[in-house]
Amino acid sequence: MCTYATAVAEITGSAKGPGGQWFPVTRVTAYFDHPVHAMAEHTLNIDVADPSRGPSARIALELTAASARALMAAVEAALDAVPPELAE
Amino acid sequence: MVTETVEIIGHEGIPIEAYLARPAHDATRGGVVVIHHMPGFDRATKEIVRRFAELGYDAVCPNLYHREAPGADPDDAAAAARAAGGVPDDRLLGDVAGAAAYLRRLPTGNGRVGVIGYCSGGRQAVLAGCRLDIDAAVDCYGAFVTGTPPPGHPLQVRNLVPLLADLRCPLLGLFGNDDRFPSPEHVDELERLLREHGKQFEFHRYDDAGHAFFAVNRPGYRVAAANDGWDRIAAFFADHLRGR
Repeated sequence: MCTYATAVAEITGSAKGPGGQWFPVTRVTAYFDHPVHAMAEHTLNIDVADPSRGPSARIALELTAASARALMAAVEAALDAVPPELAE
Repeated sequence: MVTETVEIIGHEGIPIEAYLARPAHDATRGGVVVIHHMPGFDRATKEIVRRFAELGYDAVCPNLYHREAPGADPDDAAAAARAAGGVPDDRLLGDVAGAAAYLRRLPTGNGRVGVIGYCSGGRQAVLAGCRLDIDAAVDCYGAFVTGTPPPGHPLQVRNLVPLLADLRCPLLGLFGNDDRFPSPEHVDELERLLREHGKQFEFHRYDDAGHAFFAVNRPGYRVAAANDGWDRIAAFFADHLRGR
């Protein structure tokens, strides 16, 4: 199925992308749909991108639903371990 | 067979990229517009276009994401288009109309053009059948022809229930019984509405098949359903796209 549901957030940071180059990223898009490469019928797909640099300036992830939840848990755990005054 | 990337005139007169495949002989034949799935103007879709040429049609697939990402890899273009909210229905109609006009202008064209779409393109094929001068439409498991999109979805999509009374061509529908979008209930609703409106349609539903059962490069591929589906498509277009 194509869920059509797409979550978009503005972000600040950097990513290492095409050609091994670092670039600033400004937007993340998350959606559950058919993957391009992963061998699953559906995956949670995440694009971390800088739209101002064109469509290829993105880091793409295709994770099974369980893997996406594991990623979220790992991110939460990492942030929870940081003193609040550092993680703002 | 001759294949090439061409420019067609899409919505609002804007040139867009398209992939064209044609039999090498000069006999007149019908045309087929292939509407790609949400992952975009990709290799698998181009293989489908070539299959229609092998079946004897002039076939073209417009790159619906050309505006957002000219020259980009198909997956990057799809991501950019999705982030921008997807393809608006009016733009889709303009691009498909442009593709149909391109086919009708070919010296080999017999004037008859069908449209086929997969996944999101299935819904868009039905939309084209309701709004455009098309001779036959094939909906391969298009979601939200009936049914309601999830609340708050940011893509510009709505169901086609209000338009179905205007369907102006025969419709072939191919669906997997394990699919949830469209579910068998969604297909039931579509069948009921088409019957109420007195439309010409032919549906086939496959057990042990879910969404995207035609997609040979994906785990959802189901060879029995896909083979039968291709036979149904070939017979349907042979009926409705032959010269008059």
